[in-house]
Amino acid sequence: MAAEPAPTDNAIPDRVGRIRFMDQQRVNLDGFAHEDVSLGLVALHSPADPEPSLRIEHGVVVEMDSRPAADFDVIDAMIARHGIDLGVAAEAMALDDVALARMLVDATVPRAEIVRLVAGTTPAKLARVMALLRPAELTMAMTKMRARRTPSNQAHVTNRLDDPLLLAADAATAAAYGFRELETTVPVLADAPSNAVAVTVGAAVASPGVLVQCSVEEAMELEMGMRGLVSYAETVSIYGTEAVFVDGDDTPYSKAILAAAYASRGVKMRVSSGAGSEVLMGGAERCSMLYLESRCVSLARAMGVQGVQNGGIDGASVAGSVPCGVRELMAENVMVMARNLESCSGNDALMSESDVRRTSRTLPILLAGSDYVCSGFGSIQRYDNMFGPSQWNAEDIDDWLVMQRDWGVDGGLRTADVYEVGRLRRRAAEATRDVYRWLGLADFTDDHVERAVDAVGSKDLGDPDPMVVLGAAQAIRSSGLGSLQVARALQECGYDEEASRVLDMLAARVHGDHLQTAAIFNESMQVLSLVTDPNDYAGPGTGYDPAPRRQAEIDAIRQARGVEDLRADQAQWANESLRVVGPAAQGGHPQEVVIGLSPAVGRTVWQTLSGLSVLDVLRELLAGLEEESCQARVVRVNSTLDLGMIGLTAARLAGSGIGIGLQGKGTALIHRRDLPPLANLELYSMAPVITPALYRLLGSNAGRHAKGATPVPARNPYTDEAIEARYHTSVVALVALERACVDRRLGNEDLEVRL
Amino acid sequence: MTRAFSGRPADELTPDRLARDELGVDDVRIHADTLEHQAQVAENHGNPQLAANFRRAAELASVPEEQVMAMYEALRPHRSSAADLESLARELAAYPAPRCAELVREAAEVYARRGLLG
Repeated sequence: MAAEPAPTDNAIPDRVGRIRFMDQQRVNLDGFAHEDVSLGLVALHSPADPEPSLRIEHGVVVEMDSRPAADFDVIDAMIARHGIDLGVAAEAMALDDVALARMLVDATVPRAEIVRLVAGTTPAKLARVMALLRPAELTMAMTKMRARRTPSNQAHVTNRLDDPLLLAADAATAAAYGFRELETTVPVLADAPSNAVAVTVGAAVASPGVLVQCSVEEAMELEMGMRGLVSYAETVSIYGTEAVFVDGDDTPYSKAILAAAYASRGVKMRVSSGAGSEVLMGGAERCSMLYLESRCVSLARAMGVQGVQNGGIDGASVAGSVPCGVRELMAENVMVMARNLESCSGNDALMSESDVRRTSRTLPILLAGSDYVCSGFGSIQRYDNMFGPSQWNAEDIDDWLVMQRDWGVDGGLRTADVYEVGRLRRRAAEATRDVYRWLGLADFTDDHVERAVDAVGSKDLGDPDPMVVLGAAQAIRSSGLGSLQVARALQECGYDEEASRVLDMLAARVHGDHLQTAAIFNESMQVLSLVTDPNDYAGPGTGYDPAPRRQAEIDAIRQARGVEDLRADQAQWANESLRVVGPAAQGGHPQEVVIGLSPAVGRTVWQTLSGLSVLDVLRELLAGLEEESCQARVVRVNSTLDLGMIGLTAARLAGSGIGIGLQGKGTALIHRRDLPPLANLELYSMAPVITPALYRLLGSNAGRHAKGATPVPARNPYTDEAIEARYHTSVVALVALERACVDRRLGNEDLEVRL
Repeated sequence: MTRAFSGRPADELTPDRLARDELGVDDVRIHADTLEHQAQVAENHGNPQLAANFRRAAELASVPEEQVMAMYEALRPHRSSAADLESLARELAAYPAPRCAELVREAAEVYARRGLLG
């Protein structure tokens, strides 16, 4: 977890309590900057952004975005030479910015038409168009423009020890929760091949067709890709200014060759860019983040890569620090989609300490759907995330599942069966141990396996020897071991299904269909991509809707409960303590108080919302009455579940005219025979937080009323928790159980209570 | 029918053959013809640049790993002189990898103008 909010300066006398209180909120840990064009700290528009222009002579671009060809930097040069469809450029550049922006939002304009036109736009032109889209319009545009119809999600799977058994268990867990791409990386560069093997094995344990990558320095990543240790590559960084690009020790041309190199071995690849990286490197050249990113996206298309990870990756919080920064991040993703590329849409590095703010940043993209909603959901502990904590982490998986269900959208995740997660983690850890042993890479103890299976994170592993991983990694690298040998080892160790899954991923590389834009594999090893699963959104009633089976997955969160679940829970508490004696008659004793129970108490309802059994509650009520030397009688009121009527009925039966009403859920009141039904003397309404002491006080206060005294009313306990959110589903079910027991013909029954 | 780099039909990539140690690395490596096919698919789906990349990839499909990595290294900034890049381009053209050669020559021209040569 991050640091606590900074201590406020209580010494400053002019800050009143309300302001000091606000200062302490977590959002104020975030950094916020004034716009500063000189540093590139500006989201959508800078005066230094060039005027869009495109001049073509004899089929050659001689001027682009107000810059003559002789002054093209290396980025301009590649975009001008390869990135613009000159056949459509005149038409596209002549289009009014607003007209093009409206086409992006207009459901009746097909995606293909926008793709055709945008191919003819320069970076400055597309940036201007994107800056016109308001948040809801960006959401519409994303819904329509993403390449793949079916949304998906990607997870980070790393740990600070590079522990292979934990990596495998966590990879299996991530795959079980539905992530279709797993990205690992290393704190120790030389460990990389071991991480790639462990995540490959773990993923194969949980699901067919999970893409795996290990993000490291470019040359080593390429080497692992070529050897078949990973199935995709992503952290191929590009930048929006030449100086920063070169500082990163690359050029668009070296990256273009890298793109061809990956494809030449059947490895899927996307580039990585995003707002803020140029600002962080001090090289934004006074331009807006959106314009610089538009250059990156144009360049990605020019290089011939199939997709882009952007939306402020490491620079997300830089964008987030300026006005409209979060809007800019989403506009980056939509630009990628409009250029007909796969979008891996950020929501990656943590951009705020505030849960409200990070939800706000992500929600529109979750609602719209993206090829990958997160370009790195931290499926592991924050401290184990070697990319740094993500926008979403292990502690947020249930939140994500619930948000999907709340909105009825597909954010790529599904609920994994709790026991299945345990089984998969064990199998992944054991398979990895067996494979490492069989390949002669390392030996792991049974205790290590046990710890990895149960570990929440690497802190639960004890203190394994780091040289073991390093040795395994070096052995993998020096022997040139690849996934084919991993598959073979899995077979030898008796993991036939996993071996087949690893082999299937290798065979997929031979087919190359997953090299197409936005490709993932589903669990049947079918490729879903721009080619096989094109987004066909054209307004309400069209486009992606989860298939019934997928919708059921989204809806079926493990926390959901029904009346039957509650009935079974209640039945566990059933016993013989309450017995019907006969019809209840009017009492005569002047100090008699009747406790009226709702119809289901002691039949189908036995436990109140506070966790106390109804017998515990009765014990306290009776003890309270006894303290006041009152006579008590317990009556079940079968005709109604209304607490007021139950209490009034009890009061009318009582010799004293004072009654207590108690519902099965624990709500209680004191009533008097001459009051209207909805009135009462005291109401104990907060059933989930009523304590035994309070029930006892209720009993004795009823007794005092019976004796004609005026007791001090009890104070209802107070809570600031979302008590209704927590209990309302139980209340609905309890009411259903009560309703089912209502039977006027039974009248009121005296009960014998054996405590 | 899709064939691997080795020429083996892709549908022969079965667990049985794996178990009999009949599969080698070139059996799970993509063939240039497959990349050309993927280039056509990309072209038909509104992305001629992706198609061009697949065609460069098809040329590199038979270039050994070390040479591909060396080529990437040579194109990084300030690594190569104009002459180095020209000889790399010739080498590629001879492979034959004319599209990659063309990209290297284009890089050489831009690098010279932008001061990115070694």
